[in-house]
Amino acid sequence: MKDLKKKVVEMACKAKEGHIPSALSIIDTVWTLYDKVLYFNPKRPKDLNRDIFILSKGQASLALYVILAEKGFFSKKELENFCKFDNILGGHPHRNKVPGVEASTGSLGHGLPISIGVALGFKIKKKKQKVFVLIGDGEANEGTIWESALLGAHYNLDNLCCIIDHNHSTDRALSVESLEEKFKSFGWKTLSVDGHNQKEIEKALKSSHPKQPMALITNTIKGKGIKMMENNPAWHHKAPTSEEFEIIMKELS
Amino acid sequence: MRKQFVNTVEKILAKDKKSVLLLGDIGVYGFRESFKKYPDRVYNIGILEQSTVSLAAGLNMIGLTPIVHTIAPFLIERCVEQIKDDFGYQGLGGNLVSVGASYDYASLGCTHHCPADVPILKNIPTVEIVVPGNAEEFDSLFNESYNNGRITYFRLSERSNETKLPFVKFGMINIIKRGKLGTVIAVGPMLDRVLAATKNLDVTLIYLTTLRPFDTKGVKRNISGDKIIICEPYYSGALTEDVLACTNKPVKIEHMGIPKEFLTSYGTQEEQDNFLGFNEKEIHNRIKKIINE
Repeated sequence: MKDLKKKVVEMACKAKEGHIPSALSIIDTVWTLYDKVLYFNPKRPKDLNRDIFILSKGQASLALYVILAEKGFFSKKELENFCKFDNILGGHPHRNKVPGVEASTGSLGHGLPISIGVALGFKIKKKKQKVFVLIGDGEANEGTIWESALLGAHYNLDNLCCIIDHNHSTDRALSVESLEEKFKSFGWKTLSVDGHNQKEIEKALKSSHPKQPMALITNTIKGKGIKMMENNPAWHHKAPTSEEFEIIMKELS
Repeated sequence: MRKQFVNTVEKILAKDKKSVLLLGDIGVYGFRESFKKYPDRVYNIGILEQSTVSLAAGLNMIGLTPIVHTIAPFLIERCVEQIKDDFGYQGLGGNLVSVGASYDYASLGCTHHCPADVPILKNIPTVEIVVPGNAEEFDSLFNESYNNGRITYFRLSERSNETKLPFVKFGMINIIKRGKLGTVIAVGPMLDRVLAATKNLDVTLIYLTTLRPFDTKGVKRNISGDKIIICEPYYSGALTEDVLACTNKPVKIEHMGIPKEFLTSYGTQEEQDNFLGFNEKEIHNRIKKIINE
């Protein structure tokens, strides 16, 4: 995990671009998904029997990229060229460029309704795969999240899990508290875990939720593992200087 | 056209197991038989158009063919970003079928008008745009293109042409008549009025139902004179760029579409047409004046 985090920072530092704290907020969850939960074949990224993971908060793409590379979807060499003009890895992920990326996200509030469509589609096709989507708590300001919360419960989508990265990033604007109660009142099973405890995350992601979708609230720290970044909004979209880079690398070693 | 939409889609639902119909609580009674026959592929999703469009993109991601239907401003204006990001950018396919056109619901006010749908969609790359002129044309154009892997918008209208053409093909113009003094392009439901208005005028009349992909070759081959008049049933100007690309000599382009202003009167569609001069007499006078200038 430390190596993955270091890679996230290296990529952002080299490109002078990227949302490091958002990536570190979700990296434990996304790693747990790919390492312990999802069925996939990196050599056949479009395998018809694969589970689907959609990163709706696309600004956290760095975490997804290092994990997809680690799992063999594409060469780790690609990570060296993050955000370069003709590279496949942009600030937000694009499904038609990056093997393993299921949806092109960036504008918030799209990944969950798309996931509702995929989950409903699997029901129509009588397929057994699961759909996981990761949204931010700030993203829950968007109306489409709550439209989709209605839909997920109405269609009993027990093949859908929505992970809400609760890192309090938009508390300064419009905080969305009581996420568990909110989703529960819409008819979802809800669970809440420490979003940096991979054992807890794994157990929650593997839990069954017959006849209803599941909302998993992962309580996280934005910029987790790097003291100067943790819960510091100034780092939301900022690359470290060379001096800061040295400090961070030492801290992550 | 609405009845034809039901008939066409019912037949597709019967033969194509990948087709899925999503209604925005509109047209539900019309599809009552389909709800019974295909409960797993016909949904009255509700009044949440943005999520419905994204959901439709999700269906197409795993190989299903969505058909989304509701009133034009809610399907297009409300969902511009969903159409752009979830279909256009991602390269996904599906069908958006609207009712209401520019002011079919004239009496309901501007919230239910949508003369901006075509210009908006022209600004989202890759979105195909079809404006059928009558029920038969909708049927053939929809069958030809509904599962072509691209996002396609079909604009249904209460206004329907009585003119029956032997064939109308997706992506192709029809030449209705040939003349020397200018070129008139009639889009979808404008044809009957424009045909009558140009009866005694020496102009070429081109009929257009597919606005994107635009039949550049067809228009280019058939332009006559140096004046081109575009008669379009939505905000004026959506086709200017396409038409200009069809000629390499200076031409004068005149638009006879809806002016960019709120139409705050009520009444009927016909009253709105007359207010805007969308009738045989006024179209005739305007075209005659332009070609004689």
